[in-house]
Amino acid sequence: MDRYSGFRLFAEALRGHLGWGPAWRDAAPKPAYEVVIVGGGGHGLATAWHLATTHGITDVAILERGVIGLGNVGRNTTLVRSNYFLPENQRFYEASLKLWERFEQDVNFNAMVSQRGTLNLFHSDAQRDFFARRANMMRLEGADNEFLDKAAVLRLVPMIDADNGRYPVLGGFLQRRGGTVRHDAVAWGYARAASARGVDIVQHCEVTGVLREAGRVAGVETTRGTIRARKVVFAVAGHSSHLAAMAGFRLPLETHVLQAFVTEGVKPLLDVVMTYGGGHFYVSQSDKGGLVFGGATDGHNTYAQRGHLPVVEEVLSAGATLIPSVKRLRVLRQWGGVMDMTMDGSPIVSATPVENLYINGGWCYGGFKAIPAGGMITAHLVATGKPHPVGIHFGLERFRAGRTLDERGAGPYPWAH
Amino acid sequence: MLRIACPWCGARDEAEFRYRGDAGVQRPAPDAGLDAFYAYVFERDNPKGWHREWWQHVHGCRRFIKVVRHTVTHEIAAVGRPEDDLAVPE
Ligand SMILES: Cc1cc2nc3c(=O)[nH]c(=O)nc-3n(C[C@H](O)[C@H](O)[C@H](O)COP(=O)(O)OP(=O)(O)OC[C@H]3O[C@@H](n4cnc5c(N)ncnc54)[C@H](O)[C@@H]3O)c2cc1C
Ligand SMILES: [Zn+2]
Repeated sequence: MDRYSGFRLFAEALRGHLGWGPAWRDAAPKPAYEVVIVGGGGHGLATAWHLATTHGITDVAILERGVIGLGNVGRNTTLVRSNYFLPENQRFYEASLKLWERFEQDVNFNAMVSQRGTLNLFHSDAQRDFFARRANMMRLEGADNEFLDKAAVLRLVPMIDADNGRYPVLGGFLQRRGGTVRHDAVAWGYARAASARGVDIVQHCEVTGVLREAGRVAGVETTRGTIRARKVVFAVAGHSSHLAAMAGFRLPLETHVLQAFVTEGVKPLLDVVMTYGGGHFYVSQSDKGGLVFGGATDGHNTYAQRGHLPVVEEVLSAGATLIPSVKRLRVLRQWGGVMDMTMDGSPIVSATPVENLYINGGWCYGGFKAIPAGGMITAHLVATGKPHPVGIHFGLERFRAGRTLDERGAGPYPWAH
Repeated sequence: MLRIACPWCGARDEAEFRYRGDAGVQRPAPDAGLDAFYAYVFERDNPKGWHREWWQHVHGCRRFIKVVRHTVTHEIAAVGRPEDDLAVPE
């Protein structure tokens, strides 16, 4: 891999930027691999990179039905944080945040990692008590946070209407190490680094069937022919049930859509990530100046990568309640991505009923921040056959055993998480 | 945006309803065992296609209704009362 550096940029500039070349190989599929990863999203690419670097397994193909980076990895709102309540989740997301802090050095790619801080607002005494408990749980796992009163919140985000009659802002809790990462660069950075180590990235290759021999996985059927493999990993985000059906089992999840929005660009207005506690609205400002925001899922099963108007109205009205000045901005784009919503709202990184077939899925609306650690624990599981200590709680068996990780305490209703 | 024809109230905006999940799920007999209850509580077909599902008309008559909806096109093929056995198109 030709390294990217300040010196290289300078040298290429002198040559009119004609020397860069493609960042990764667009490979044609070989007939057989040691490991086949289905899905060229963040988790599939990160898994391949960890297999190649940590475990020395380079006979790996990533099969992507479209082109890499057009799934949820390129549709999310780019937030990274580790402010979970359950220790199992907090431990994992904190490990992931630590990997984000060295991501650009690890893969030699500028992903504009920006630890601008994530601020969660609270609006009632009960909500403050719960957030205090959550902040304490985070500290027990060694993560940073600060509790802010109303005056401190207003110093950070003076544009909010803290005294709005319906949900007055009482304070907030801030994780300074949280922030944003440029999502496309995450896909490209992992793709380039994995490809340089010999991983084949195969695009326009949809998996249509799963080969099994004597209860073991033996490969996959694809739109580009049969590809045999000793081990197969599903990393298809919203399509996990669909792939599981090809392999003859069902999963504890449903597919739902989440929408996101971006406004026209404006001068610097907001330099943290902010989450409203009175309704479904969270927002950050991109480097181009647009406000990037989102809310809750549409609330019913769907595989359509587009959203419905009632949620658009709900999110925009929550945003206008918190930041009245946004009413003057135009929304430039709105889109949706389909996600596995699990029965407990927590991810699944697991062996499956089919031997040598593994799943990385169930990321719900929070799996972007999980990409580096998700790749790490999935690669560990595939390479060693044993769960990684940081992801030991994410096995499928937790549902049957009554050890669900229900972060929100919502019960087995995927649309409620 | 969905328009759902409540059998009691007529065609109404999706915003009046709350989704209540897969209507194909059947509660097993009390002695059916762990596997049956695990499948009932947690596992779903989650089809990419026609889906039989519950909605509740929370901002209307508050009754539960059964809907057959396509999870890619969002077309609604049939709406019925809870006891209705609605056919799923090919
Ligand atoms: C609007 C929105 C906002 C979000 N915001 C955040 C956020 O701020 N922070 C956060 O942490 N998370 C966020 N998320 C969640 C996050 O984006 C996802 O959890 C995560 O990206 C999923 O993992 P992935 O990147 O591997 O998925 P994807 O990029 O979706 O990768 C899966 C890939 O599998 C491919 N595939 C599917 N079926 C097949 C097949 N049969 N054969 C071959 N390939 C197939 C797809 O084409 C796709 O490219 C958000 C999600 C959405 C939709
Ligand atoms: Zn009604």
